[in-house]
Amino acid sequence: MMRDRWRRGLSHLVVGLCGAAVLLALVPLAFVLFYVVSQGIASLTLDFFTQMPKPVGEAGGGMANAIVGSLMVTGIGAVFAIPIGVMSGIYAAEYPGTRFAAAVRFSADTLNGVPSIVVGIFVYGIAVLPFRQFSALAGGLALGIMMIPLIMRTTEELLRLVPPALREGALALGATRARAVFTVVVPAALPGILTGILLALARIAGETAPLLFTAFNNRFWSTDPSQPIATLTVQVFTYAVAPYEDWHRQAWAGALVLVAMVLVCSLLARIATARMERLQRGS
Amino acid sequence: MASRPNQTRPDERVFRAGAGAFGLLLIVIVVAIGIELYRQSQLSIERFGWHFWTTDTWDPVLGEYGARPFIWGTFYSSILALLIAGPIAIGIAIFISELCPDRLRRPLVFLTELLAAIPSIVYGLWGIFVLVPFVRQFQVLTPEWLRSVPLFTGPPLGVGMLSAALILAIMVIPFTSSIAREVLRAVPHAQREAAYALGATRWEAIRMAMFYARTGIIGSIMLGFGRALGETMAVTMLIGNNPQISLSLYAPQYTMAAVIANEFTEATDDLYLNALVEIGLVLFVITLAINVISRLLIWSMNRPARGPVVRTAALRAAA
Repeated sequence: MMRDRWRRGLSHLVVGLCGAAVLLALVPLAFVLFYVVSQGIASLTLDFFTQMPKPVGEAGGGMANAIVGSLMVTGIGAVFAIPIGVMSGIYAAEYPGTRFAAAVRFSADTLNGVPSIVVGIFVYGIAVLPFRQFSALAGGLALGIMMIPLIMRTTEELLRLVPPALREGALALGATRARAVFTVVVPAALPGILTGILLALARIAGETAPLLFTAFNNRFWSTDPSQPIATLTVQVFTYAVAPYEDWHRQAWAGALVLVAMVLVCSLLARIATARMERLQRGS
Repeated sequence: MASRPNQTRPDERVFRAGAGAFGLLLIVIVVAIGIELYRQSQLSIERFGWHFWTTDTWDPVLGEYGARPFIWGTFYSSILALLIAGPIAIGIAIFISELCPDRLRRPLVFLTELLAAIPSIVYGLWGIFVLVPFVRQFQVLTPEWLRSVPLFTGPPLGVGMLSAALILAIMVIPFTSSIAREVLRAVPHAQREAAYALGATRWEAIRMAMFYARTGIIGSIMLGFGRALGETMAVTMLIGNNPQISLSLYAPQYTMAAVIANEFTEATDDLYLNALVEIGLVLFVITLAINVISRLLIWSMNRPARGPVVRTAALRAAA
């Protein structure tokens, strides 16, 4: 009898501890979101989006150049990563059992685990050092490298979810493999692939470390891909560790914009996934 | 795929080679990272050899580079983070996969994913202005008798090992818990049902499932460890950036990733730059090894029939 009560008591205790673990993780989440939103909104003005940074000591100004810079660097990264990610994903899904597909998959997982700062050093070596010039292009390349594995793996997973009958139907009608893939299989999985791309964008939009010595920073307006460029994340970093009150204020505003961007991307991804799931259930 | 139609037709070969070329590019990138880092750190490797990793002086002015404090800081902060995050992450995984009512599951998964989606730089900013003052308060309140214990020596600065470990823990929790969750989900229901049928309590049934999933759970913790080792921005902003080896949780220290982030653009001579790249090279090799081992553990768990389940899990966690 005693033993039973002990066992049941222990069970309740563990269940309670697991619930406590969930709460323990939600507390910092709530705190972070609360501070980012409350501090950020207080300093988020129209100027933040339309003005250039003011010189040290002068209050006001915004991060217009950094916002454009972030969009540009992220865009360059996407242009670089999407073809590589999607095509290697297609390969792995079409020839799943081959040794080469396994190698590609393994490389993607490896690349996914490489610390972002290391990617930064790599790109510095191949795209900054040879030209003796920090550039938006180098920053985009670094972000692109980080996007590839995410896009590759989602593409592969989602192509596999496409019912085999679709592909077989196309092949039975005499389509070549390329034609079957590009006109039947890929379109069927397109919302899912877009989801993967959005998730990858959401992840790299907040990256700072790989940009520190690739895109570097720029106090001035620049849209020249061969020049150093300001980005939102690097700007938030610079402002956060500086001793000026006004810069801290702007760093919070920048953080709010970053979190909002990431959330919008994840939300869009969520909607796309839900649509995909509904399609799957329908077929 | 059982059928391989049109295997030998030329357009089939073109398609395969074309898609394969992109895959090859992916492999090339990974190999190139290793080669490039090795190439760029030649100077430092030749000059210092193993001494680089066994000496403590980091003095760019004198041209002396010893990386031991960075290794120490990286591992110490990551291990501390894991001690905090591991139990919490597994608790969350158990709660979501085994205990929680269906209606709560989706929102909870969403919230933990949100924790993972917040950028490192935002955690760093929050850390500087919210967590650090809090930790400083805590340090000030440390009772006198405790201050002589090596773990709690030093002035109450706020920035230091404790702040860094806490922020790392917050960042690692969602990562480890989502993989552990998928691993637990992959445990066959019959395992738990058998336990219940024998009169097991809830916890005893969960323990059965955890035992079945043990390699996968260890893998998920290691994957979190790999993440923590390479984490840069938040740690750079909170750890205090002082290359010293100290057991004290209050002491400002330094990590491998942080020293690269802080000093790379300031490295004026080649030897300095090479020394920093060598730190990056070792960070690359360590995280690579940990990732490979942990993925092998996770995969080995459900190799026969269930490969895709966990592969999706690792993917989702990554995103």
